[in-house]
Amino acid sequence: MRVRGPLRQLAGGCSEHAIEGATVAELLRELERDNPAMGGWILDERGLVRRHINVFVNGERRGAEAAVDPADRVDVLPAISGGMTPR
Amino acid sequence: MTELLVGTRKGLFALVGEPGRKFDVAARAFAGEPVEYAMRDPRSGRLIASVTSAFYGPKLWYAEDPSGAWEQADGVALPEDGGAALERIWVIVAGESEGSLYAGGDPGVLFESGDGGATWELNHALWEHPTRESWQAGGGGLCLHSIVPWPGDPDRLALAISAAGVWLTEDGGETWRQGNKGLVARYLPEEAREGATALCVHRLHRARRRPERLFLQFHGGVYRSDDSGETWADIGAGLPSDFGFPMVLDPADPDSAYVIPLEADLDRVTPDGRVRVYETRDAGAGWAARGDGLPQQDAYLTILRHAFDRAGDGETLELYFGATSGDVFGSGDAGASWFGAATRLPPVLSVTASR
Repeated sequence: MRVRGPLRQLAGGCSEHAIEGATVAELLRELERDNPAMGGWILDERGLVRRHINVFVNGERRGAEAAVDPADRVDVLPAISGGMTPR
Repeated sequence: MTELLVGTRKGLFALVGEPGRKFDVAARAFAGEPVEYAMRDPRSGRLIASVTSAFYGPKLWYAEDPSGAWEQADGVALPEDGGAALERIWVIVAGESEGSLYAGGDPGVLFESGDGGATWELNHALWEHPTRESWQAGGGGLCLHSIVPWPGDPDRLALAISAAGVWLTEDGGETWRQGNKGLVARYLPEEAREGATALCVHRLHRARRRPERLFLQFHGGVYRSDDSGETWADIGAGLPSDFGFPMVLDPADPDSAYVIPLEADLDRVTPDGRVRVYETRDAGAGWAARGDGLPQQDAYLTILRHAFDRAGDGETLELYFGATSGDVFGSGDAGASWFGAATRLPPVLSVTASR
């Protein structure tokens, strides 16, 4: 799993993380568990991926419930929609 | 030296200066991020800021210096099994006991800190209030935007939520009840107004030297309560419009209030292209325009609910407000005359002042 920007800073400067899980959601939860400072940054209190975060699996944008294989590469990126005016 | 913490759509600006001339930008923090509110705790000097990243959600941060290192506060989140996510923190207020701070946010939630803002806990009595399902969000969300402690008594607190009205506690937030009698929701059909709870309060303040007195800017109407929020009387007569958002009181004078009227709910700009602050010194019996030095022609500004604040009181009262145009105006003489403190900032969401 790869992160960048502030997420990388919250992970102690580490951009690549080897994480095990069966779905994107499991990987994200594990990533936040391994890096407590990242808690609440990708997933909200309900466990949902924040609206303007995109997750790509092997280059394809996928949802939280998408299945992943051990060799998959997962990227967590800010969405281009994130510049919208917040309410 | 006066310090203004200006929360903008694109970061926090710390401005410093003396009344009468343009302020200097001493620091900018959270570049590119919306900073909804920032305040300096007058007791500790610590800064607390609310930042809602469009990507990473709402966070509270604290620092000793605006240009220094900011630490993320812990505990600013809703219960994981609550079915809702925190959308935004609207306001941060110093409490009455040592180290106590309150933060209000969307969806109509109150957080409390006992250690100067490093860690926070949700007020569960309000979160689990049995009427919560009936609460209606306003245009800005279900925002808890006003928190008014009772001087010297940490158990007594009043809150305002848009659009769920005024809430009161006398037991330190263990229980909450509504304090809405007399508020008239003109935006509802007449037959639906009695007992309505969809009450769009825009701002609430308490008179420090007469704490049973509260002033309130409503979504159409300016009100005063002399019985701690139990009942309300409309005092908006004499204003060019009784619609607006921000409000400031002079702590030295319980008969004082300042508002910045906007044209109407469907046209949220300064009326007639003139920027005027209105002042009462007789508890709302009469209002006087305070516009000397403010733009008086073709100036259609929007001043948001937290973009107006004061420093000092009485003879030394200073007033400051910012607009979504990026202008910040100030007065060093309680509104008698005004000067431009800053221009061309990003849209201003909030202003807090200290000296």
